Amino acid sequence: MKILVAIKQVPDTATQMKLGADGKTIDPTGITWIVSPYDEFAVEEALRIKEKRGQGEVVAVSLGPDRVKEALRSCLAMGCDRAIHLNDPAWGAADTLMTARALAAVVKQEAPQLVLCGRQAIDDDMGALPAQLGELLGWPSAYWIMEEAVDADGKTVRVARQVEGGLEVFDLPLPAIVTAQKGLNEPRYPTLKGIMGAKKKELKDVKAADVGLAAEAPQLSITALEALPPRPPGRIIQGDLPTAVKELVRSLREDAKAI
Amino acid sequence: MRFTLTDEQQMIQAMAREFAESEIRPIAAEIDREARFPHETVKRMAELGLLGIIVPEAWGGSGGDTVSYVVALEEIARACASHAVVMAVNNSLYCWPVLTYGTDEQKERFLTPFAAGHQLGCFALTEPQAGSDATNQHTLAVRDGDAYVLNGKKQFVSTGREASAALVFCQTDVAKGSHGISAFLVEKSAPGLSVSKTEDKLGIRASDTAELVFEDCRVPAAQRLGEEGQGFRIALSTLDGGRIGIAAQAVGIARAAYERSIAYARERTSFGVPIGQHQMVQWMLADMATTIDGARLLTQRAAALKDAGAPHGAAAAMAKLFAAETAMKVTTDAIQVHGGYGYIKEYDVERYFRDAKITQIYEGTSQIQKLVIARHVLGERA
Ligand SMILES: Cc1cc2nc3c(=O)[nH]c(=O)nc-3n(C[C@H](O)[C@H](O)[C@H](O)COP(=O)(O)OP(=O)(O)OC[C@H]3O[C@@H](n4cnc5c(N)ncnc54)[C@H](O)[C@@H]3O)c2cc1C
Repeated sequence: MKILVAIKQVPDTATQMKLGADGKTIDPTGITWIVSPYDEFAVEEALRIKEKRGQGEVVAVSLGPDRVKEALRSCLAMGCDRAIHLNDPAWGAADTLMTARALAAVVKQEAPQLVLCGRQAIDDDMGALPAQLGELLGWPSAYWIMEEAVDADGKTVRVARQVEGGLEVFDLPLPAIVTAQKGLNEPRYPTLKGIMGAKKKELKDVKAADVGLAAEAPQLSITALEALPPRPPGRIIQGDLPTAVKELVRSLREDAKAI
Repeated sequence: MRFTLTDEQQMIQAMAREFAESEIRPIAAEIDREARFPHETVKRMAELGLLGIIVPEAWGGSGGDTVSYVVALEEIARACASHAVVMAVNNSLYCWPVLTYGTDEQKERFLTPFAAGHQLGCFALTEPQAGSDATNQHTLAVRDGDAYVLNGKKQFVSTGREASAALVFCQTDVAKGSHGISAFLVEKSAPGLSVSKTEDKLGIRASDTAELVFEDCRVPAAQRLGEEGQGFRIALSTLDGGRIGIAAQAVGIARAAYERSIAYARERTSFGVPIGQHQMVQWMLADMATTIDGARLLTQRAAALKDAGAPHGAAAAMAKLFAAETAMKVTTDAIQVHGGYGYIKEYDVERYFRDAKITQIYEGTSQIQKLVIARHVLGERA
């Protein structure tokens, strides 16, 4: 069974974001880039499916600039068999739909039985891509999956989706698209051997023309980015305890309207 | 000259950091308090390939280099110095000499399962009267047919209780002095070998430090590592590499203390300002940052020399000396930055301080490192 995992490289959650001079982009200096955590769940699940079946191939794919190779290499180190890097200036301003088109073209070439993604990337939190990809391919798709089981013949996948107060269970015919929610699994660390071996695995550069796509303009463009307003400083209530407690309750009720 | 790690080295560093942060750091204070060997997380280190980093895959290892080993070890030590010593002993003091001096038969039995971390090895050189003066070996190995009979006592053996095999140094020819020392691979289950005690220690409390007693312990001659009389050379070359590991351990401990100090200097206030605004606190922090960087550079240089197959004995001694002294100074100052709170067990700097001390003692005290360095600079071979 061939599984394709679509991953995105995002700034580490610990990064202090700064706006770029143009007010429309993030200043990339000092950013540590990682594989989006939900995508790591997807990679892990793909590897587990392969390990459970005792055979198969897991292909990691990502669209983005040169630095994205690092993220793909971590996927190879975790155990993916090969990686595809959609790397073309034509995709420089790609929105989710352009990305979905590029991925759909790769999926058509690769013909996997299953596409796994994270439920959303933790940078812009759009979460639109898997649905767009499903729509473009005409494949069934299920999102925010907590459990998954591919049947022995590799014809269907049973998925359990997180809903308010429980799980919703579906059977999807394969090929299908499934997105991972936190809790699906605990992603492995790459082993030293995995890291040492990653260099020997195929990491293929793909241009738009290679998958038969012409340049197109993005449908979405960012008009402006704004930083969050700075958090007002905390307030320490002075005075003896009974008075301070009274003041705290008053302040929570009248100023903060929290109680 | 390049000061950047390769992609692989960076990935190994990131893996070790994440693993240490999420699985080792949370238990570090507890295993220190209980002096409990962390079997579960040591097993995880084995699975990740951290216990046989420089051993080729064919012999159960990860096929990495010494630079990868030291960057990973620094990360582990930053979370817990006890885990770091278990890792350092198995990698440098046990697997390396078996890889370097062992026959294929010896490697199959005494390397493959150890490099994979399924079993742990230890290094037994020190005796009650033979510490710095390591040539003063009293443990005897007397040839008897196709075996040697071992009698004597080894002490302060790290992982001595938990290990499945020991690399043991013995006198096979007393008349030849240090040229009469030989090395043996001995299974811990061998009849005549027993663990007589484990020490209660100031630091690295989750790592066991054991005394091994040999009473008519028969060891097949096929388990002699290297030639008869080659033992002391094996010990010295092993320690040249081992010291790079201890240097990395010291850098890791120092960095942990430094990071805590920085955070504390930002949040603790006195006289109306964060204490980091007081110049005397800034001096301590600046010295910490500078010496830790220096120690790391010396450590990575020694590792890179070893990887290049270049002489690295003096570089390793300098790295170990400077890193150990740095760790002691930084952890002392880290307590100072924390004031009274630093003296309390609830704050990790108290543990870092206790853990740092051993780096000035084992694998050659700081005084012995100076002796080694002096011999090198004066052109005398050790
Ligand atoms: C926790 C722990 C773990 C250890 N793990 C191991 C292990 O795994 N395997 C192993 O074989 N050993 C191990 N050791 C032993 C360690 O390497 C020795 O303790 C160390 O080499 C010092 O020897 P010593 O204790 O006999 O001190 P001594 O040699 O008696 O030294 C006492 C003091 O005299 C100084 N001194 C001695 N000779 C000289 C000299 N020529 N010039 C200047 N100063 C000198 C020393 O620097 C020191 O300050 C361990 C020790 C400890 C405490």
